[in-house]
Amino acid sequence: MNAVPQLFFDAASLGGIYAMAALGIALIFGVMNLVNFAHGEYIAFCVFALIVPSSDAVAVMFLGKAPAILLIPVLLAFGALIAVASEYVVFRQLRNANPVAMMISSFALGFVIQNALLAVYGSRPKAISLWPDLNTPVSVVGASVPLLQLIVIITTLLVVSVLALLLKKTRVGLEMRAAAENFTMARLLGVRANVVITGAFALSGAMAAAVAMIMVTQTGVADVRMGGQIMLVAFIATVIGGLGSLPGAVAAGFLIGAVSVVLQAALPLEARPFRDAFLYTLVIVSLLLRPQGLFASASAKPRV
Amino acid sequence: MMDTHRQNRLRALTTPVILIAILLAFVLIITATGDKSLARMAAQTLIRVTFVVGLWIFVGNSGVVSFGHAGFMAIGAYCSAWLTLRPQMKGMFLPDLPPWLASAEWPHLPATVVSGLLAALVALIVGAAILRLSGIAASIATFAFLAIVNTVYSNWEGVTGATSSVVGLDRYADEWVTLIWACVAVAAAAIYANSASGLALRATREDEVAAAASGVNMYRHRLLSLVLSGFFTGVSGVLLGHSLGVLNPNSFYLGITFITLAMLVVGGIGSLSGAVIGVLVLSVLIEGLVRFERGIDIGGASFALPSGAQEILIGIIMILVLIIRPTGLTGGRELRLPAFRWRVRHSKQEPQSTN
Repeated sequence: MNAVPQLFFDAASLGGIYAMAALGIALIFGVMNLVNFAHGEYIAFCVFALIVPSSDAVAVMFLGKAPAILLIPVLLAFGALIAVASEYVVFRQLRNANPVAMMISSFALGFVIQNALLAVYGSRPKAISLWPDLNTPVSVVGASVPLLQLIVIITTLLVVSVLALLLKKTRVGLEMRAAAENFTMARLLGVRANVVITGAFALSGAMAAAVAMIMVTQTGVADVRMGGQIMLVAFIATVIGGLGSLPGAVAAGFLIGAVSVVLQAALPLEARPFRDAFLYTLVIVSLLLRPQGLFASASAKPRV
Repeated sequence: MMDTHRQNRLRALTTPVILIAILLAFVLIITATGDKSLARMAAQTLIRVTFVVGLWIFVGNSGVVSFGHAGFMAIGAYCSAWLTLRPQMKGMFLPDLPPWLASAEWPHLPATVVSGLLAALVALIVGAAILRLSGIAASIATFAFLAIVNTVYSNWEGVTGATSSVVGLDRYADEWVTLIWACVAVAAAAIYANSASGLALRATREDEVAAAASGVNMYRHRLLSLVLSGFFTGVSGVLLGHSLGVLNPNSFYLGITFITLAMLVVGGIGSLSGAVIGVLVLSVLIEGLVRFERGIDIGGASFALPSGAQEILIGIIMILVLIIRPTGLTGGRELRLPAFRWRVRHSKQEPQSTN
């Protein structure tokens, strides 16, 4: 067994999940300065959309029974739908509010979704098996890697490149990039605000659905709280990547994944429970060194 | 004789008096009902008042949203547990405490003050680094601080009891003790907000660049307010521990961070009155809905909300308040006594006026 490739695959697949979640948050932050704390609940919502509503401990597959070719697009659409709906019902009413009020209302929305899930599905985590075959290990360059890790890495690369193409080549993409750069100016120059914002929410929700599918396959558990932790890491990744910078969010997501895997392996045994404390200390250090973010664009610097 | 400016400064001092009167009335009404569980709810509410007012001293004046204050709360709460728990209990549950701490058995008040001071000291050290940042980077750094505190306190087995709770704290923090601390916090917040440092800090909140150009050292004033704020949030942690009797690192994590921020924003982040009113309104609302969930009798028929409806309703109400009044219930204004216009008029007409 070879330790270094093993470590590499662990880091890349964890980082891939973080990167995708961070993209979902960065997309929305870019166009409307909203830190969307409900993103983690979009993930949980997509997970629970897979199973039949009941509070029993054993999950009965509902959407999850469908073949992958049908399941994947349907679940992505589900994620996009809830994100767009939440924009329409909540955030559209708050367009002119200050960022703090928007952030708190996104938290309140997350709270509502979470408790609605709790009311319908009960608070016990449920065992759920989606594509269990994907966890069988395969041997790659001397490391035994679950197939899923490879799929995660490939999916992330695929999603990021498709998104890059979308942003670079299509009209909506162009408008989104313009909006992320300077929303007011973009609107003055004829960017359709509602189209851009709805598009950003739809993409962000689809990203949440992708994260949900990966997490369910990996852990085999459906838990109402499963979105929270990953959302926070993604949020941090968005900031240290440079706010409003989509490539920055992806890079920082991978970086956080890599650092936490390396810390897990490198720390002495007695310090290992404190891994996250070391991780977050590094986050503060990175912010102190580069307050604008590691990969910030030149325009992100405040002008005086 | 009194010019408008001085009159305004004097009127600003009526804000804490009004707020303290409101808190006192709140406790008096609740003790008048003689209901034990309502009295507990009042103590919890006043602890949150202390916390949110402490949070406001920093967030309201500087405009930087902090996710880290629950960390100061945890530091205060555990410090008081180390100082006041009986030595036998500490020997059993917290074996790795240093000997002088393991044998300490302090009275409540000094333990509370020292715990608050420890939180303030941590605020000074952490703030010295974090407050070099501004805007959302500073908020993320405060969040990272919270995560560090939570990770350390939930894994430092022999000193904090890790995730198995610390039990056996003396439950002396009833509605009167918490009322006194809430009033102290309100008074301190009002005095700070109207001091030179508080005014300078609010100038930076409105416009960083203009304030810096006028010679305001933003870093120093932010640090000062964070230290003061750390003290009161630390004290609120002490009170929470001595009200529940049990400490667990996860009661000082994301749940309390968000609900208190929500109270602050719903009340109105721009004013001290907003902080106090936000806590009172949301706490009363939550308590009312919880009771409604258990079922109430109206004219012989029993009505009950389905379980889980309370949280969902609270979330929806919060969103509605923010949509209808994005600047919070108070809209950033303070409660004040009305101006004594007659005094100004009289002083113009009769120069020999007594005031």
